[in-house]
Amino acid sequence: MGTALHPVTRDGRLLQAVVLGVVGLGLIAPIGLGLLQTGRAAFGILYALGHTELTLDPWRDLAALPGFATSLRLTLGTGLGSTLLSLLLATGFCAAVHARMSPMAGARLLTPFLAIPHAAMAVGLAFVLAPSGWIARALAPLAGWERPPDLATVNDGWGLALLVGLMVKEVPFLLLVILSALSQIPVARHMAAGRALGYGRGIVWVKIIMPQVWPMIRLPVWVVLAYALSVVDMAIILGPSNPPTLALAVTRWFTDPDPAMILPASAGAVLQAVLVVLGVGLLLGLEAAGKRVGLWWLRRGGRGLSAEPGLWAASAAVMALMAAGTLAMASLLVWSLAWRWSFPQIMPESLSLKPWAGAMQGWTRALSNTLILAGATVGLSLVLAIALLEGEDRARRGRAAWAESLIYLPLLIPQIGFLYGLNVVFLRAGISSGMAAVIWAQTLFVFPYVMIALSGPWRSMDPRMVNAAAALGAGPWRRLMAVKLPILLRPILTAAAIGAAVSVAQYLPTLFMGAGRIATLTTEAVTLSSGSDRRVTGVYASLQAALPLAAYLAAFAIPAIAHRNRRALMGTETA
Amino acid sequence: MSLDLEALCIRSATDGALFAPLTLHVPAGGVVTVMGPSGVGKSTLLDGIGGHLAHGFRLSGRVMLNGRDVTHLPAEARRIGLMFQDPLLFPHLSLGDNLAFGLPPALRGQAIRRATVEEALGQSGLSGLHDRDPATLSGGQRARAALMRSLLAAPEALLLDEPFSKLDAGLRDEVRRFAFAHVKSRVIPTLMVTHDPEDAAATGGEVVELKGYGPNQT
Repeated sequence: MGTALHPVTRDGRLLQAVVLGVVGLGLIAPIGLGLLQTGRAAFGILYALGHTELTLDPWRDLAALPGFATSLRLTLGTGLGSTLLSLLLATGFCAAVHARMSPMAGARLLTPFLAIPHAAMAVGLAFVLAPSGWIARALAPLAGWERPPDLATVNDGWGLALLVGLMVKEVPFLLLVILSALSQIPVARHMAAGRALGYGRGIVWVKIIMPQVWPMIRLPVWVVLAYALSVVDMAIILGPSNPPTLALAVTRWFTDPDPAMILPASAGAVLQAVLVVLGVGLLLGLEAAGKRVGLWWLRRGGRGLSAEPGLWAASAAVMALMAAGTLAMASLLVWSLAWRWSFPQIMPESLSLKPWAGAMQGWTRALSNTLILAGATVGLSLVLAIALLEGEDRARRGRAAWAESLIYLPLLIPQIGFLYGLNVVFLRAGISSGMAAVIWAQTLFVFPYVMIALSGPWRSMDPRMVNAAAALGAGPWRRLMAVKLPILLRPILTAAAIGAAVSVAQYLPTLFMGAGRIATLTTEAVTLSSGSDRRVTGVYASLQAALPLAAYLAAFAIPAIAHRNRRALMGTETA
Repeated sequence: MSLDLEALCIRSATDGALFAPLTLHVPAGGVVTVMGPSGVGKSTLLDGIGGHLAHGFRLSGRVMLNGRDVTHLPAEARRIGLMFQDPLLFPHLSLGDNLAFGLPPALRGQAIRRATVEEALGQSGLSGLHDRDPATLSGGQRARAALMRSLLAAPEALLLDEPFSKLDAGLRDEVRRFAFAHVKSRVIPTLMVTHDPEDAAATGGEVVELKGYGPNQT
């Protein structure tokens, strides 16, 4: 029997193959090539410097670099610590308040925390936590301080400020992920069933709800861990500076005036990637152990333990983190407008637009670069994502598992692990550092987020709606333009806003691929943060925080206006 | 004009053939009802005839519409209308624009297209509701609008997939009378699947029992 395909199905398969090819060759292959290039340098091969022999010397040099062991310890402490603590707190918070909070209100509350780039949040937190920051100012009358206390509250040697900074960004993300996983489980009924069997709320949560949630949040937790282990911009602003975390140390070695440092730097970059793999392995090990212990505990049927105090402690910690984050965001704007602001005063004594006016030339250039990059990367990512999803529809088949995991690969590999190598590959291919190279490199990270955000809503659209359009004589192109895209306007704009937030926040790809010549709000804010003028830093960081927020607002407002008379498309927002 | 199924059979990749090969003649203006236990693949049969089969299903046999073999045409080229249990009006378009969506492009001129839509609205008791949000209509209004939208596309055959099953008992009778009156006035072949014997009785046409295979038989 012939399996003649409809022409549309055939076109769809072609489209699907072409887009997967573009994604594979354009987005995934560069990462592989970059890793390969970095990996070769890590084992001594760097033709540009005349090194052609395979050797372990870079690793010996790496281990001998001053502060290496401390850097490693700091990375593990802040990376693993912030991820595990954030997971614990977010879980406890959800257990305590889930029944009392509507998912929509929750998502709206979390939006600013998710939208603001890591660097802007870090700058704000530095303002709040610093010895001359809001917390010290609030305590000053009680402690009798007349000048800022001599305490290392930011850039502390333990990395505590970095740990807090990471958690302020990670906890809201994990809350969003857990809440959206919970919306797929009949939580209330399972809770009632468990409590009727004599288990307390916290215990039902641990024994019944979380085991169902974990498979749905496993991948996002890995992404959080990979990010926390290899973050650079936040480590510059909040972390210890000498020695710094491994990722920051590696970045410094790569940009060292001595080109020979590239060899141990490459070894460090490979080590960074290995750390992420080991970290994910550790999570998998904990999961397996948790399963065994959990089942043993579950089968014993114990009901005595009350987890209630733990839940409330977790909730209080989450509230404290959110409060710190809110203060941090507010402090950006206040500092950018401050003129006279002597120490124990809570608010500035005089406000002025002078910091904005004075740095006008700088920030308008950074702003326009940032807008161009965000526009180009989001546009490119949306076109690719829609083409891929539409190709799947027309081919009438989903994404193969390997394709699915390839798309998410860039989120799990530390940027520092392949960016240097990618730069070399680009240069060798004749692509000079500059705007186009930065757009390309940023799209590697924007596309996966746009794809994640759009896939769910796209697939949950009722296929019969599209069949109905076909039965009315609408061809594939008209079905896409007149039915699918308008109905999916809200998720498409939400995906665009998420993509814009990711693009605005990119630091390392901009730095490496732009060869330091493309100034964006993020690169400027990070550079300025080590300087002394908080006002100008506040200007850049405020803008940096405002852009993604504006994108989210637009993603909320445009469908609300366009669909104001369409009840079925309003208020169906699901996170 | 007629719709003919010739030894039509649909196989799922996992469960093999869904039902025994079906040969069926639906005359113009006639309504043939296909009944069968739930899960036998009644909706899949309509998907196959209309060209909407999802991935994982394969169709053998032929679908003939007015003597032309449409088996390998894409859905939009078959000119076979489809009505579901749910009206599936496009949520982003007004009621009037939903009807206009189905109007053939050959009908040119804004004024005449608008007039045709208004006339159809009038025929379905929806006069003056051109700009309404479909989500604000009653269930009966939506069902009538969905049928009208299908008919405005000037289909050469119509498939009904349990079209009345989600309506209240009182409303069901009224919408059913409305639907069959309009279908018969267009003199097109209509195939309906249902599990409601009253639907079948209301058509006054032939009733075919769809015999299922057990799963895992080929």
